[in-house]
Amino acid sequence: MDVLAAVSGSTAAIGYGLAAIGPGIGVGLVFSAYIQSTARQPESSRMTLPYVWIGFAVIEALALLGVAFGFVWAK
Amino acid sequence: MFGQANVLAQGAANFPPSVEDFYLPSILPWGAHNSYWFTKITFMVWLAVGILILFFLLSYRNPQLVPTKKQWFAESIYGFVRNNIAVDMIGHQGVRFAPYFTTLFCFVLLTNAFAIIPFFQISPNSHIAFPAFLAIISYVLFNYVGIKHHGAAKYFKNSLIPPAPWYILPLLIPIEAFSTFLVRPFSLAVRLFANMFAGHMLLLVFTLGGFAMLNATALLAPVSVLSWLMTVALTFLEFLVICLQAYVFTVLTASYVQGALAEEH
Repeated sequence: MDVLAAVSGSTAAIGYGLAAIGPGIGVGLVFSAYIQSTARQPESSRMTLPYVWIGFAVIEALALLGVAFGFVWAK
Repeated sequence: MFGQANVLAQGAANFPPSVEDFYLPSILPWGAHNSYWFTKITFMVWLAVGILILFFLLSYRNPQLVPTKKQWFAESIYGFVRNNIAVDMIGHQGVRFAPYFTTLFCFVLLTNAFAIIPFFQISPNSHIAFPAFLAIISYVLFNYVGIKHHGAAKYFKNSLIPPAPWYILPLLIPIEAFSTFLVRPFSLAVRLFANMFAGHMLLLVFTLGGFAMLNATALLAPVSVLSWLMTVALTFLEFLVICLQAYVFTVLTASYVQGALAEEH
């Protein structure tokens, strides 16, 4: 079979780029929901803030798993 | 330290930073290879422990009704964790856990902060052993609290069997078991580790990248200034991440304890 194109080095960087899409959208959704809810009901902002950070942290973990495993599977 | 800068200026540091850059040379025995008993990392962890013990002991040694500056500072850290984390997440029972959460918060914050304090410039939490152990403590804590509060049978029933129709339970129970007892400690450890690891890597890329461009060609040399300015900007981002991760680690531990104490699922 003829090889038309080849990639040398670690493809983990491409993989991480792909892995970051989902968490990127997710983190965006978390903060957009928080901003909306605060705009609608400003007095709820303190009450919802811990949940914002929990949601953010749980989603962000996916992107960070990408960072960690990018190095684990780089070879 | 200035020796290190010399090495960098001569282009001896290899540019794309790798995992090897996280293994610092041994301090005791001095300069030994492949000996990790006492390195800068170990030193920083003990230093953080010492600073925290001394700070809280000294600031509360002679408590005043009208607090002194130091006492006010220590009390506002404790007050923040107690009111905004423990009580907000767990409710009035949370006050019991506030001392542990404060210790956890301060320890993570201080060990994270070493990532951007000049001459330390690496966080012990960028080695997974330290976040992993903190996560194990949180894991043991919330399971112990749950079992003590409910009794083992009710605790596992509460945390494994969600209120759902019986025919979906064969699917839900493994998912719940997986997410509560395996993913929680793992993600707690990896989140903190990966944040500090990625942060240090990012700063290394822009710092070493500046030196790499300085040594490359005359055309690229001025661009290195841009790279170093980027390092400064990213240091501020790192500061944000440091505070956020200390907060998030504590809040998540509090939320797990709250889940273990909750009456119903």
